[in-house]
Amino acid sequence: MAEKVLMKGNEALAEAAIMAGCRHYFGYPITPQTEIAAYMAKRMPLIGGTFLQAESEIAAINMVYGAAAAGKRAMTSSSSPGIALKSEGISYLAGSDLPALIINVQRGGPGLGGIQPSQSDYFQATKSAGHGDFHLIVLAPASVQEMVDLTFKGFDLADKYRMPAMLLSDGTMGQMMEPVTLDMGKVTEYDKSSWAACGTKCEREHNVVNSLFIQPDELEKYNFERFERYAQIEANEVMYDEYRMDDAEICIVAYGVAARVSQNAIDKARENGIKVGMIRPITLWPFPKAVLNAAADKVKAFISVELSMGQMIEDIELAIRCKKPVLLCNRTGGMIPTTNDVLSKIEEANNIGGDK
Amino acid sequence: MTHQILLAGFGGQGILFSGKFLAYDGLIEDRQVSWLPSYGPEMRGGTCNCSVILSDTQIGSPIVSNPDILIAMNLPSLDKFENEAVAGAKIFVDSSLIDRKVAREDVEAYYIPATKMASDEGLSGLANMIMIGYMIRKAGVMPYENVEKVMAKVVPAKKQDKLALNIKAVELGYNFE
Amino acid sequence: MVVFEKPHALADVPLHYCPGCTHGIIHRLVAEVIDELGIEGRTIGIAPVGCSVFAYNYFNCDMIEAAHGRAPAVATGVKRSDPDNNIVFTYQGDGDLAAIGTAETVHAAARGENITVIFVNNAIYGMTGGQMAPTTLPGQVTQTSPYGRDTSKVGFPVKVCEMLSNVDGAAYLERVAVNNVKNVKNAKKAIKKAFQNQLDGKGFSLIEVVSTCPTNWGLTPEKALEWLEENMLPYYPLGVYKDKFAEKEDK
Repeated sequence: MAEKVLMKGNEALAEAAIMAGCRHYFGYPITPQTEIAAYMAKRMPLIGGTFLQAESEIAAINMVYGAAAAGKRAMTSSSSPGIALKSEGISYLAGSDLPALIINVQRGGPGLGGIQPSQSDYFQATKSAGHGDFHLIVLAPASVQEMVDLTFKGFDLADKYRMPAMLLSDGTMGQMMEPVTLDMGKVTEYDKSSWAACGTKCEREHNVVNSLFIQPDELEKYNFERFERYAQIEANEVMYDEYRMDDAEICIVAYGVAARVSQNAIDKARENGIKVGMIRPITLWPFPKAVLNAAADKVKAFISVELSMGQMIEDIELAIRCKKPVLLCNRTGGMIPTTNDVLSKIEEANNIGGDK
Repeated sequence: MTHQILLAGFGGQGILFSGKFLAYDGLIEDRQVSWLPSYGPEMRGGTCNCSVILSDTQIGSPIVSNPDILIAMNLPSLDKFENEAVAGAKIFVDSSLIDRKVAREDVEAYYIPATKMASDEGLSGLANMIMIGYMIRKAGVMPYENVEKVMAKVVPAKKQDKLALNIKAVELGYNFE
Repeated sequence: MVVFEKPHALADVPLHYCPGCTHGIIHRLVAEVIDELGIEGRTIGIAPVGCSVFAYNYFNCDMIEAAHGRAPAVATGVKRSDPDNNIVFTYQGDGDLAAIGTAETVHAAARGENITVIFVNNAIYGMTGGQMAPTTLPGQVTQTSPYGRDTSKVGFPVKVCEMLSNVDGAAYLERVAVNNVKNVKNAKKAIKKAFQNQLDGKGFSLIEVVSTCPTNWGLTPEKALEWLEENMLPYYPLGVYKDKFAEKEDK
């Protein structure tokens, strides 16, 4: 097993990308993710890779599109306002069935917003990362180790299903240091020769990377095919973590830094005799619907803990078919709920049904 | 055993570095560790703080809002965080920069003129590590014999000339009184 | 005996272009150059959004369709992914290159990106049915300048070669036309040089081809050529606007 090292989340994920075989990084500076670009700028030239600071977020994602179209593992990183600019390119990646990894180290919004941690791009990432009928695989790390593991996983899933994946992180995860193991095993190689535009060598018909289909029946056919793949992903790739759920009567749902705060609150509430646990989605798309729906038959209430104005809560309500009440515990604008904020919401949930 | 440590002061005092020093000890001792800086414009000369958690069990929130150890290296930091500390917390104050006493009576306050000591001893810029040395002695947190080993890890390769000075600063703080 | 055939790099399919449109000639010139340089197997073309959006169907080399204006950024990604092997060209119209994609164009040039850009300037948006382009001439009537382009309200045409000639990273900029045999020959020479530059690692080359759009200009193909000579060429003079390496050789 590789040695544990202490790394910042942003730098750890950058190194993980390199270990995953990514040699092409295109980006544009924006707080709080600039460490990723800085790390790549240092490392890529030493290993024969590409680091390029583009003229804009739009150009950066289109450079990723080019490198991905040529069959290479490519990535970009940004923070909320920059991801909005990339949404055009993300849609083209999806429409052309190209794998790529996009990192969003979220900050507060809307508009220029702020630079402190946020989760207010949940809708953007899971519902509307660009125009048209498509999904992104959305991975939500809650530790520096997961920044590493999910970066590795993100590249693999992107290649496996030929679609873009997003790591939805936040300023806390990006800026914090924790011990990590950069030991991710072997990179799975995928054969891209049937579609990559990297030169025919005059040995085959030309490959065309394209998302334009003027005939509606043809476009519909491609969209149907893509959604068949999405169905497989929903069936096979859901990831989540459970914390103290065994006898739980209240279920917190939280991801990223919100899950970390919730863990403290759960421990405290348990000391006070309240049976509370947590289901932490690791994939936000596909969302862990089944496990939540099953939990709805056991618990009396859910709490969505978010750094946003109630975004993930909608997916929880859908997943549990509104069978149980879902409370919202949230802060926004760069503020993070405290342990006590979550604790009071747990107490509120515990009073539901008037049995206390 | 869990230590929730908050280090706070001005940007440029080495707050983040001293936090990193503690975090590296956790790494060496194979403990659970988190290190979280405040970031953004406030790093450019304004107030700056750093949350460090060292624990033997899984760490939840990396944000230290209620420290059991507070290192305050300027008055705004003491003003801001004194009331956030838990009852029984140990509060370390750089008395050469903060001329008031800790007001709370349910905490243990420790005073050390770290900045003055640093300039007297030709260790200018290393008041942060003097504070750390003193804190290690009073609060435990990490074994003193780890200091050299940890310092070798945390001082960047390019600044190895600073290694001995940093160790000296910790030593000075540790032996204060 | 074969006296005339399609270049190998040009696909044997009917083109969708209107009668009298010069895209067909320009496609053929690019394909001939690819054949002559023997680079089809390592060439990747980037198609734009605009009239030549289907260019990916017309070339036998690998092709990528880019978002509107982003072709130089896409080309950058492709080129950087294998700089020793990949020969990358973009094929873009005036709206794509000089309006929505101005930033991508200027910065690819500024980086000295080792790619070849074929820029077709016909002073109008063709695909969407004849709206004002960044290169529409003063006074020119289009669907969105129905009273003629009023420079006091919508400003002046962008002269791409002139503009880029001030960008240090650009290696070779030439404006050509395909309105007569002599100009077609010149255009081919320029396009060939722009690809050769890339093979030689000389950096960013752009060939602007002043072209016609009979359909949206509302003219017959023959009249369109006359209009081009009388109106376009005086505003967009043909010639070499920059040749970094020729200048060096002269000195």
